[in-house]
Amino acid sequence: MKDDDGAAAPRTPHHGAAARPEGPDGPVIDVRGLHMRYGGHQVLHGVDFSVRRGEVVALLGPNGAGKSTTIEILEGFRERSAGAVRVLGTDPAEGDERWRSRLGVVLQSWRDHGKWRVRELLEHFAAFYAPYSTPHHPRPWDTAQLLALVGLTGQAEQRVGSLSGGQRRRLDLAIAVVGRPEVLFLDEPTVGFDPEARQEFHTLVKVLADQGNTILLTTHDLEEAQKLADRVLILVGGRIIAHGTVDELARRIGADVEVTWTTGCIGHRHRTPDVTGFLRRLFEEHGDDVADLRVRQVNLEDVYLAVVRDAEVGRTDEAARRLAGAAL
Amino acid sequence: MSTTTRAAVHPLRITLRQGLHRGGRELHQMVTNGQDLASNLVWLVGLLAPLHMLRDNELGDTGMSVAGFLLPSLISMCVAFNGMLSLTQQLIVDRQDGTLLRLKAMPHGMPGYLVGKIINVAGTVLAACAVVVLTGILMLPDVSPGNPGLWLALAWVLPLGLLSMLPLGAILGSLIESPRNIGLVMIPLFGLASVSGIFYPASQLPAWVQHVAEAFPLYWIGLAARAALLPAGAVAAEIGESWRHWETVGVLGLWAGLGLLVAPAVLRRTARRESGSVMATRRERAMQRPV
Repeated sequence: MKDDDGAAAPRTPHHGAAARPEGPDGPVIDVRGLHMRYGGHQVLHGVDFSVRRGEVVALLGPNGAGKSTTIEILEGFRERSAGAVRVLGTDPAEGDERWRSRLGVVLQSWRDHGKWRVRELLEHFAAFYAPYSTPHHPRPWDTAQLLALVGLTGQAEQRVGSLSGGQRRRLDLAIAVVGRPEVLFLDEPTVGFDPEARQEFHTLVKVLADQGNTILLTTHDLEEAQKLADRVLILVGGRIIAHGTVDELARRIGADVEVTWTTGCIGHRHRTPDVTGFLRRLFEEHGDDVADLRVRQVNLEDVYLAVVRDAEVGRTDEAARRLAGAAL
Repeated sequence: MSTTTRAAVHPLRITLRQGLHRGGRELHQMVTNGQDLASNLVWLVGLLAPLHMLRDNELGDTGMSVAGFLLPSLISMCVAFNGMLSLTQQLIVDRQDGTLLRLKAMPHGMPGYLVGKIINVAGTVLAACAVVVLTGILMLPDVSPGNPGLWLALAWVLPLGLLSMLPLGAILGSLIESPRNIGLVMIPLFGLASVSGIFYPASQLPAWVQHVAEAFPLYWIGLAARAALLPAGAVAAEIGESWRHWETVGVLGLWAGLGLLVAPAVLRRTARRESGSVMATRRERAMQRPV
């Protein structure tokens, strides 16, 4: 939780027909046994996870793993085949407009609203949320303030169609949060970004996270996940095969250091959490025979790739074993 | 957990206010954008130019000029093209470029979008019709702005004409996936216009062609507009030498009723299908094709 300022002030509970009591500590997103089938193709095989208030969670996985499907079901844009799903205590399939007003969805814009001016468009969208303002949770954002936050003050009177790619994506984010959402969905938000735009975008998401927003993002970019997320879920073949905080995963993985060496002409490889002890024993045993010694830290990406590879060839047990310390 | 902090929300009020705002801004963008303004002017000049060329030609032995006959008929062209076709086109483009999805992610976004689109399209049609009517007042000695019957007739023809054709435009715009396929609507519409008594009295056409034209709103809007703008004697050029007001109301009302019954369901289905991945697929497809 990052409740370090007023933006995370008490939230308004939901009272709609489809609502279920959602205590202040209850999960903002709760997914149980989610299944999705398109025609004869099963995309999701019983996905379970939950996201607490103020958490930033990254959903990782290869193409076709079901990340976008999952997030679109949570956004209420797609109907599911089976399972129980609650977002802010409400089933997205039955979410009403009040529920919708508490959500933010970052869309990958292409060229919509190109003739509108930046400030004009943001003010227009902000007005959709104004009726849902409450003393506890005033909506929407002040547009001038929000434009300043996303660094578009200078472009306020420019037409949307004339913005650069990076500026447009910052506007996408501003539009998604203009209603001061309690939960924000980002589906592959930085695809096609240049490194600078990516950096700017990450900074912005961090700011929003620091204000106590609950954020679920999907990404291919492990570095991005590590940078932004408190917790990662790895989705492969429609199943969550690992989840844990970034620290948990990193610690688990960081414990594995890979040592390679040769004796004579034979190559060796060993993984150990205790490099020093292992090397001491290695030299005691083989002395000068040890050559080509390399010690390498296994990083999150290595393990992610290994896990995904294992899972994709059906060796989910192997994948689970690798992450045994991190999962659950 | 009390409901006392909850502000009263009036969905209809939000929808109308946001829709009016959207429609108004879009109309404003149209008149301040050189390209949009130019294409609208070209369209109007194209519509009105034949009037100027035909102003001295007499229509058969009715004693009225061809231009006089043509001018009110152009109102139905405005409803069909500035109204229906434009709505179809905008719906296709707005789905393609993500406008619709963007609105779907907001509370009351979809109804707000639809109201905005209707305001936008109706506003464009009214502006185009205003130009046509003003041209008529200037060119045709029998059309007098002081005649209340003229305004009264326009006051029911235009709304009913729009109601009969806009839902159809919305349905077509929901069903057609790619802007490239707008010809599927445009070509039949031109065909229909050519037999609907707009450029030439339908009474001179073979009976079966007349019946085809009579099945669609286009013919009736033109007929009602002629009844409003032309002197009583002009009725001689019409089918059955009658303005057929009741039939006009009947056919247009039927189209409006059917359209309003079907269009919301089709629009809802289209809106329901929009999602980020659908958009992404569409974008990839569009980007692969040479433009």
